[in-house]
Amino acid sequence: MTSLPWGAMARLTARRALLAVPVLLAVTFGAFALAAASPFDPVKAYAGTAALGADRETLDRLRENLGVDRPFTARWWEWLTSAVGGDLGHSSVMRQPVTEVIGERLVWSVLLCAVAFAVAVLLGTVLGVLAARRPGSPLDRAVTSLSYALEAAPVFWIALLAVWLFALELDVLPAGGLTDTGSEHVTAGQLLSHLVLPAGVLAVSQLPWFTLYVRQGVGDALAEDPVRGARARGLSERTVLLGHALRSGLLPVLTLIGSRVPELITGALLVETVFSWPGIAAATVEAATAVDFPLLAALTTLATAAVLAGNLLADLLYGLTDPRVKLSEM
Amino acid sequence: MADTTVEKADTAGPAAPTAWRGHGTARRSTHTLRLRTSAALVGVTVLAVLLVPPLVQLDQQAVDLAAKLRPPSWAHPFGTDDVGRDLLLRCVYGLRVSLLVGVVAALTATVIGTAVGATAGALGGRVDRVVMRLVDTVASVPHLLLGIFIVAMFRPGVWPVVVSVALTHWLSTARIVRAEVLSLRSRPYIDAAVSGGASRWRVAVRHLLPGVLPQAGLAAVLMIPHAMWHESALSFLGLGLPTHTASLGTLIQGARGSLLAGQWWPTLFPGLFLIIPTLAIAGLAGVWRERINPRRRSELML
Repeated sequence: MTSLPWGAMARLTARRALLAVPVLLAVTFGAFALAAASPFDPVKAYAGTAALGADRETLDRLRENLGVDRPFTARWWEWLTSAVGGDLGHSSVMRQPVTEVIGERLVWSVLLCAVAFAVAVLLGTVLGVLAARRPGSPLDRAVTSLSYALEAAPVFWIALLAVWLFALELDVLPAGGLTDTGSEHVTAGQLLSHLVLPAGVLAVSQLPWFTLYVRQGVGDALAEDPVRGARARGLSERTVLLGHALRSGLLPVLTLIGSRVPELITGALLVETVFSWPGIAAATVEAATAVDFPLLAALTTLATAAVLAGNLLADLLYGLTDPRVKLSEM
Repeated sequence: MADTTVEKADTAGPAAPTAWRGHGTARRSTHTLRLRTSAALVGVTVLAVLLVPPLVQLDQQAVDLAAKLRPPSWAHPFGTDDVGRDLLLRCVYGLRVSLLVGVVAALTATVIGTAVGATAGALGGRVDRVVMRLVDTVASVPHLLLGIFIVAMFRPGVWPVVVSVALTHWLSTARIVRAEVLSLRSRPYIDAAVSGGASRWRVAVRHLLPGVLPQAGLAAVLMIPHAMWHESALSFLGLGLPTHTASLGTLIQGARGSLLAGQWWPTLFPGLFLIIPTLAIAGLAGVWRERINPRRRSELML
């Protein structure tokens, strides 16, 4: 294998980072504009039931302290300048700074998503190749119809049924959380047993897409000339399938992996909520139900950045795996 | 003129794929089978949500605590929920709400997407670039997250949900319509219309729009299951519809308590009611896509 084109990769990354700045600016601006247009009153939310008995003056003072009397563009600019300095504000629902919330929870979300994604990619490749080997065979039909059914099924519904089956009926896996109740520290064994169900459900929700794409890619590659040539040279079926068809059929899938980040975030939002997984996706939902704007804005920005990073990863993989594509032209 | 191309595709549709694929009659029979099954399922769904509420004079909200959490039986085919309401009836009402929200949201999203895409494609140049940049920006926020954000800022209810689904789903339609308009722009009949003195507006409305409508319609139909999914996810998170207009997502959310007590039926059936229309609509849309573009191999798209 030749050495990687580090220079071209770095240039592409830098170019994308520059392009990401206006996108992130626009997204945060949009978030503040939406909040300004909403009928939600931060003062009443801050004061709670005390706002009902408070007089005009107190409320006005509160309004001034919270800074909500100024136009939203000014608040946006202030938030942005302090965000660049590392201060994302204070989360009212978690009762701690937003950066702390993200710092504590990000690792669990990344762990969950990474495990689920790896399982989905591996299992999807295996199932896709098996299905593509004999199009129209019973196995192909079973895999394809199961994939369509799973793709149509809402992930939270699968998650609930999985809880019912594995935690209640079979009683083999815990129903949620990160550790057993009553235990203070996170141990590797507990973590593993608590990770199986959420990661499995998230993987199952991502699986149909991979399976169908790999099946399509390998199926198309099997009908092409290189595979016919390999067969004509008398190579074994195994070499033809894995060495020739899978290699060229996986190319489009590999390049689309990075663009699955939005779906992964969507799945994580629902899975983490069902399994009370202490990640940032569950925090997003909590922030939304409690209308905790600083946390919600920060997490939306973070998710957007993750999507952009995923797109970059997709393009990098595309350029690295397909010699016909030049990184400098993307 | 755009009509003739559609008509041609229509006649070529059923015969052509079999000739290319060479799977012979077996392929065709599964094809018609799929079409008929999908059409039947969509028909049953639509009839159920339209006819059951006026015909069956039963109150879906009627509480009967004596009959709570009965497993599926002849009297209650889907069982009863935690306050003794019949689940089949609740599911039909829930499907009605979900389907209505889905259709309205998909139509709104399609109108927005078609307008934006056609404007960008027809005007071209700088407008096109700015608009498509905007589309890319909105697309970089995950759909459900944007929906959650919108619903959180405007309190939960039917209209915020519809708006949030519409505002997150118009992007793909805008891209499809723009690409279609760009490919139509170079056709001779557009040149003929322009040299005949037609205004930009007339070219766009009379010559470009009819050409993209089949594609936009297909996108709209495919969007209905998406919108239903989106709505039920929001409702499940407690950010969707209020409980008195229960959708399928609200039903699943409400069943979480009894699921943990071991009663699986209040969770299972609303989910099935989501999956079956989704698959049926996808099957129908696949046939439709084959008609407007017979050269593309038809795979289900969800």
